[in-house]
Amino acid sequence: MAVMNMIQALNSALDTMLARDPDVLIFGEDVGYFGGVFRVTDKLQEKHGLDRCFDAPIAEGGIVATAIGMGAEGLRPVVEIQFADYILPAYDQLVSEAARLRYRSNGEFTAPITVRSPYGGGIFGGQTHSQSPEAIFAHITGLKTVIPSTPYDAKGLLIAAIECDDPVIFLEPKRIYNGPFDGRHGQALTSWAQHPAAQVPEDHYSIALGKAAIVREGADVTVLAYGTMVHVALAGIADAGVDAELIDLRSIVPLDVDAIVASVKKTGRCVIVHEASRFGGFGGELSALVTERCFYHLKAPTQRVAGWDTPYPHAFEWDYFPGPDRVAKALAHVMEV
Amino acid sequence: MTNDRRSGRLRVPEPSSRPGDPVEFGDLALSPAGAVARPDIDAPEPCLRDLPFLLIRTLDDAGNVVGGWLPDLADGDLIRALKAMVLTRAFDERMFKIQRQGKTSFYMKSRGEEALGAVPSLALRQGDMCFPTYRLVSWLMARDYPLEDLVNQIFSNAQDPLKGRQLPILYSARDYGFYSLSGNVGSRFGHAVGWAMAKAYRGIDDIAIGYIGEGTTAEGDFHEALTFASVYRAPVVLCVTNNQWAISTFSGIAGAQETTFAAKAIAYGIPGLRVDGNDVLAVWAATQWAAARARSGLGATLIEFFTYRAEGHSTSDDPGKYRPSDEASKWPLGDPVERLKQHLIALGEWDDSRHAALEESVAEAVRAAVKQGEAVGTLGQSKPSVKEMFEGVFKEPDWRVLEQRGEVGI
Ligand SMILES: Cc1ncc(C[n+]2csc(CCOP(=O)(O)OP(=O)(O)O)c2C)c(N)n1
Repeated sequence: MAVMNMIQALNSALDTMLARDPDVLIFGEDVGYFGGVFRVTDKLQEKHGLDRCFDAPIAEGGIVATAIGMGAEGLRPVVEIQFADYILPAYDQLVSEAARLRYRSNGEFTAPITVRSPYGGGIFGGQTHSQSPEAIFAHITGLKTVIPSTPYDAKGLLIAAIECDDPVIFLEPKRIYNGPFDGRHGQALTSWAQHPAAQVPEDHYSIALGKAAIVREGADVTVLAYGTMVHVALAGIADAGVDAELIDLRSIVPLDVDAIVASVKKTGRCVIVHEASRFGGFGGELSALVTERCFYHLKAPTQRVAGWDTPYPHAFEWDYFPGPDRVAKALAHVMEV
Repeated sequence: MTNDRRSGRLRVPEPSSRPGDPVEFGDLALSPAGAVARPDIDAPEPCLRDLPFLLIRTLDDAGNVVGGWLPDLADGDLIRALKAMVLTRAFDERMFKIQRQGKTSFYMKSRGEEALGAVPSLALRQGDMCFPTYRLVSWLMARDYPLEDLVNQIFSNAQDPLKGRQLPILYSARDYGFYSLSGNVGSRFGHAVGWAMAKAYRGIDDIAIGYIGEGTTAEGDFHEALTFASVYRAPVVLCVTNNQWAISTFSGIAGAQETTFAAKAIAYGIPGLRVDGNDVLAVWAATQWAAARARSGLGATLIEFFTYRAEGHSTSDDPGKYRPSDEASKWPLGDPVERLKQHLIALGEWDDSRHAALEESVAEAVRAAVKQGEAVGTLGQSKPSVKEMFEGVFKEPDWRVLEQRGEVGI
């Protein structure tokens, strides 16, 4: 065990897999000698060799296309898209190719690739360094979409993603790379060091994709969140003073629908929290599932706490970011009904 | 699964030097100043295919003009360029420090590349449109864009012309011929072609100039734009700013060890010029040549401006981690401001005291603009009305935005 922040835990996962499996290799913009703009691939080139962790041309479509070709041949490429905002040039490759290769070739060719990408706001990154695009991947059958919320989960889930025989989009909440930000932006930053989930095994372990974690048990309302919003939701629950059950989905595809249904049937209320814009966001799918499967147990309409339906605005970081106050307000609202 | 390393033979290019190594640029394929002949603008493209492998240079080491690539200059043009470049540098220095003081979130300098915006800005016409990268504020400086507006945008404050919606330096200034920037690299290269095609469609002889970094030439946007520009003979000048580095990634990862960026033009059947980007006169002459072709219906030109990114990529970068710290000072083509100054002194139009006075006056202008911006407020101290967050998504806001505005009480 060692204390790791999320960057170190991800680095450890990649290091572990490079050492274990010669078919694993890493490429992406600035990931080689420099070790990535967020340092996630720090020292991996030095340690494992030039052809196992190297810089890619600035061409996200090309990065993913090349990874798919390698994956079809049998390698397990792990590619980095520098910011999730820049994954869009690769969208066609992900949707039309990675997601469907297995299906259309009847399993003759597959794309066991992992696409890592930092996402999310809270860093004053403006419109193109802040977005949360998970819904556009969740909508595509054939892609798995994983989002960790702690260093321990980050390492175990990333290893599971690399070992997965299907393509995985691995979204890293960059706001909590260095500490568990709870949305109270006026306060001093906390580091991961004090957090129990910063205790990370140095060896290989994996966390099954599609298993949610119950972060906090409670009786009155179920809160569904992932990534940074797990920490924000905890703060919102504390502010609201309600006995909420907080579920960290960890992967949105595959989705642990059993955990969600069991919890909502118990509590009778549901609040969904994500950073992405509300309309057409993944919260809509969650809300529909809850309504379809728990309707007769519901005591209040499900609420969504999400980013506004605007681009991510630089000056209005904290007006846009769905912080603990908005979570608390939604909790109070469902409790009133 | 085994731990054996196969003896792989996948080739991954590497730069000639890394931190701690002596600076080694490898073969930069520099032609002597004045060595490249200037063809007529209507020369058929097949006759121009040597140009992408040469380097157009007009100023020699002593600051004298040599060879045939001579700009057509009006009185005072070079002094105007010098002013814009010196102002850009002073502004960059100041705003970088301001970011370091926590007064804004982000900044990017253009040191070493000031000629690439300033010169085309002066060489082209008011009706032409520039599709810039984020390292081209010198275009605005050359057209006297108000410094206060730049500072207010950088602070995202109540006077920000872009209403706090955009990251610092991602300006938009239509009246100054400067198209809206975005954080995505490359995605406006095709817009330059479309804009130019619109001018052709209307029968107007205004043109467009588009810019892209050498690293970004790997994106599909670059190749798609060249195809459209070539097929429709669009009146556009397409420029690659080859400053050798894309964040930490050297130009070899964009293919620079295999061919030049200018040479990409050959495959699209358009002329490609490779130009010393630190030589104001060569940049001017090449821009005019390409602009004249575009305006007279001869179509697009690809220009590679060969230069060097003398500073870090941005305030988030530390170039000491991936390249020798003295690489910038060893760049064999010098500094564009120093070289223009030397040329003007050689012409007898400039001297050290006038230069010092210029530096003092731009410093004063920058100081005044910053003072004004700080009085309005730095990032977080002042911002436009939160209502602005919800404006401008569509021409008319729809119910979602109206309801959400209601949720925050406005
Ligand atoms: C589509 C996209 N991919 C990646 C990035 C991240 N990024 C920002 S600048 C940059 C390097 C660009 O290098 P280059 O094109 O050479 O321009 P330079 O910064 O050297 O002027 C990268 C990779 C981005 N902004 N947009």
